[in-house]
Amino acid sequence: MKEQTTRAMWWRSPSFILDNRQQQPNDTARGDALSIPLSSPLPPSTTMADPNPNPNPNPLTDKISAYYQTRAAHHGVVSSDWLAQAQAAVGHLPEADDDASNNDQGAPSGKPFSVIDEFNNWRKQPDLAEAVAAIRALAAVIRNSQATTMMELEIELKKASDSLKSWDTTSISLTAGCDLFMRYVTRTSALEYEDFNSAKTRLIERAEKFGEISYKARKIIAMLSQDFIFDGCTILVHGFSRVVLEVLKTAAQSKKLFRVFCTEGRPDRTGLRLSNELAKLDVPVKLLIDSAVAYSMDEVDMVFVGADGVVESGGIINMMGTYQIALVAHSMNKPVYVAAESYKFARLYPLDQKDMGPALRPIEFGVPIPSKVEVETSARDYTPPQYLTLLFTDLGVLTPSVVSDELIQLYL
Amino acid sequence: MDARRGSLPVPRVRQVGFFTPNAQPAPTRSQSGPPDSSSPPLPESPASNSLSPVMIPPPRHHSDNLAAAPRPTSPLPVPEPSPFRRRDAHAGADNNAPLVGSYNPTETLLAMSPPATRSPSGSHAGDGESEAAMSGGWFRRSNSAKLASSLPSGTFDFSSVQSTAEALKPTKVQNRVGVSEHLLNKTILAEASGRPAPKEQQPEAPSSSKQPKPKLSKAERRALQESQRAAKAATKASGGGKSVAASEEVATVKSVKQHQTQKKDAPHVAVSVAASERKGGDKSQEKERRKDAPAPRMQFDDKSRVDKAKRRSVVDQTEARNRVELFRHLPQYEHGTQLADLESKFLQLDPMHPAIYKVGLQYLAGDISGGNARCIAMLQAFQQVIQDYSTPPEKTLQRDLTAKISSYVSFFTQCRPLSMSMGNGIRFLKNRIAKLALSISESESKSSICSDIDRFINEKIVLADRVIVQHASNKVKDGDVLLVYGSSCVVEMILLHSHGLGKQFRVIVVDSRPKLEGKALLRRLVVKGVHCTYTHINAVSYVMHEATKVFLGASSVLSNGTVYSRVGTACVAMVAHAFRVPVIICCEAYKFHERVQLDSICSNELGDPDAIGKVPGRMDVNYLDDVSNSVNLQLLNLMYDATPADYVSMIVTDYGMIPPTSVPVIVREYRRDHLLI
Repeated sequence: MKEQTTRAMWWRSPSFILDNRQQQPNDTARGDALSIPLSSPLPPSTTMADPNPNPNPNPLTDKISAYYQTRAAHHGVVSSDWLAQAQAAVGHLPEADDDASNNDQGAPSGKPFSVIDEFNNWRKQPDLAEAVAAIRALAAVIRNSQATTMMELEIELKKASDSLKSWDTTSISLTAGCDLFMRYVTRTSALEYEDFNSAKTRLIERAEKFGEISYKARKIIAMLSQDFIFDGCTILVHGFSRVVLEVLKTAAQSKKLFRVFCTEGRPDRTGLRLSNELAKLDVPVKLLIDSAVAYSMDEVDMVFVGADGVVESGGIINMMGTYQIALVAHSMNKPVYVAAESYKFARLYPLDQKDMGPALRPIEFGVPIPSKVEVETSARDYTPPQYLTLLFTDLGVLTPSVVSDELIQLYL
Repeated sequence: MDARRGSLPVPRVRQVGFFTPNAQPAPTRSQSGPPDSSSPPLPESPASNSLSPVMIPPPRHHSDNLAAAPRPTSPLPVPEPSPFRRRDAHAGADNNAPLVGSYNPTETLLAMSPPATRSPSGSHAGDGESEAAMSGGWFRRSNSAKLASSLPSGTFDFSSVQSTAEALKPTKVQNRVGVSEHLLNKTILAEASGRPAPKEQQPEAPSSSKQPKPKLSKAERRALQESQRAAKAATKASGGGKSVAASEEVATVKSVKQHQTQKKDAPHVAVSVAASERKGGDKSQEKERRKDAPAPRMQFDDKSRVDKAKRRSVVDQTEARNRVELFRHLPQYEHGTQLADLESKFLQLDPMHPAIYKVGLQYLAGDISGGNARCIAMLQAFQQVIQDYSTPPEKTLQRDLTAKISSYVSFFTQCRPLSMSMGNGIRFLKNRIAKLALSISESESKSSICSDIDRFINEKIVLADRVIVQHASNKVKDGDVLLVYGSSCVVEMILLHSHGLGKQFRVIVVDSRPKLEGKALLRRLVVKGVHCTYTHINAVSYVMHEATKVFLGASSVLSNGTVYSRVGTACVAMVAHAFRVPVIICCEAYKFHERVQLDSICSNELGDPDAIGKVPGRMDVNYLDDVSNSVNLQLLNLMYDATPADYVSMIVTDYGMIPPTSVPVIVREYRRDHLLI
């Protein structure tokens, strides 16, 4: 590994080819020598090599990031009747669990409240985004906290959010949601000059409000984006995004006439699912393979994508293929709209595609791949802001540069 | 501006046929003008030609330079362009007849009449028009571009002019056009100066043509002009007798004459406006516009003001003689003389605090350079001043100290123009002083200011650097090849910190003459065991494809995301952008500035021209030794340049990593901070 990086560091340089050739034996020797002391303190390079930094203990799906596992669980079986069932099933489950945990808290002998359990409960609800589940779980932390001082509570909250974040480090929205929750909930001047209990109730209020905002975000975005969908337009969508589906659903329900092109969304074929959903709404849908994007771009009036995360530059991180669609759309002067809830705003700033924590996903090719052949399993890419037209968020319709503005205001 | 915009379609149509035949007309002049007159990139497309105000060439400019050299008195017959020109004129007549009446007489006169018959009219028209028309080449082409662009601008109501056009000298209309063009030039100077086209001399043409004189020799005409101008300047209030003297001097020394440029234009404009008053009621408009044109900074091409400033100044400065046309508004002094002079004055200067004096000398000698170092040195000097300060009787500390600080600042400015970081530091300090409560005692207020300064240095510079290093070193990955330019202390800290973390990366240090600051950085890096490649900026396009990231420092970051930094930074950033290598700017937030700058001409610093003219230790390449005082040689040693925000991927500041579009947000936040601190 170390050997490789050293080589990679040098190999782009023609001026060093000669040196390399001369020092070939030396170089490898040195690389080895370097690798010993450097790999011991576990530098970032090892995490790069480590395919699965998430602590989700699942040996079978070792290659899949937890985020995509959740998504697969949610979308793999998305059919409306199942959805209704599931909703009905989980509808009272969290409450029950809440009560249970409350009871547990009440009785100190019971099992301690765990934010991860709480989160997992919420997470089972298929319509609930991971970040919203985390936000709800964190709100439950406040509710169940036995802290007696503000500081204690804050530390407890911090711990909970850290454990949530480390549950899946690859999920941007989870991390961002937790961070935003911490900022939003604990950053209120009303907390001073008050006794602890009223401060706590205030915190719970804020937490619930934040959870509510996040939960309603999708609806708000769907409302905001209606102005941009006009009769007779053709919309290209990529992957399966619940926000985008909500947007299109709202448009269909308000009797707008439009046509949707769905990409296939390899490797997990999320596009198929979206087309399935849309067909149920009687929206004319056409499926494209991912490589037919440029071919059909001239018919397209706008591109709609969701986002895994919105980063500080105003660019987005989203399912693999978004970048190339944005590039094609940009070169053909088609607007690219991103629908993303504001809890996906993350304090990240990738400089290029490789400058992100890896999120891996297995890819099936249908035929066995020779062992010597490497497969790019990265699940997402980064689309720089210059290729995006507008972001539809629950904060309003934003240009990409406003994202940073919002983030700065939130975090400074 | 709007007039210009309105004119857009017309010149395009008209110029297509006109320009394509002689796309690259060779200049007919054999004399070598000043470097800047021939070197600027010529307007390539007619469209851009008609749009950009810079493209309007200064007809006089060439005549000025040529006057020194023996010049054919009868203008060169221009073989090629005139037919085109005539066709152009006809096309104009076909297209829009009313307009033709107003300006075309000149056109046809100049274009069609043989040289012999032209000369009387040429004398009316002054050097500007006729010579411009004669000298051919790109010169001519862009001249017509000026006409084309200014022609349909609706504010000069041509229809009213048209009736009198026959009676009037055709050139007058021309002049009006030229003048207003020039006004536009001035008001949109920032835009205009984007391209280094010489244009200062232009308005002289109109004013000269005002004199309905019989034939005069060129020298006579010029002398006349100069005296008139001097008289105007004298009555113009500010200068008084002094400026008359100045302009007399100007009239004799040709090279010096070129110094009075833009500021002096104002009187000319007034003259020509007055002359053309009957042609419409837009005189007041002109005046309005002139009033609107701001003159915020000291413009060093303004002779009288410079003289005034000189009388006040402590440092004895001789202005460098051959300054480059486009950069005359910036101060440039003969280097080498100041330091010795200032040192000799050390004991005589009672108003200057020794700490200030010391720092000033260090600025002058170049011992302290770099935005942070200069700002810290200045603030610490102020700290000492404040500690030694006692309020004079009958004065309040707030006012007196502010005045004192201002005088020290002007001393610093004379030693070396202030950096943006220093400007912000001064602003902070003055703000603190102004905010002091009147009730507290002198010693309390002094100690409060001193601790504020300490806090500023600590929080805004030292800690900010640490935060930047933390952020930026996250971006350094194993296997990276980092390209750095020049020597920025923050970038150096980042490299060393990342190296200390055990990251495996390689550094390409790009350097440039004359300062070769990169060498010092290189040494420090190599000593620490960082793999380094050293190259000069000439090779940047070659080494760029190896680089994975570019780290650059900045002197300042402006509100529109423009990065104002050591000259050469823009070049590196552009090359990096072309190679799709991310450009990371590292800059503390206290250096951010709310100003917007589009180019590096309006505000810049001129270094010692000898530094680029001479190569120390290389006798074999010092070709300029004997010609360094020649009027034909103008050396330009710029210190800074402006990198457009498009080329910047990220700015790392103490507030985190932000895109260049978010600089105004930080400025906003930071200003609020300013008051809070």
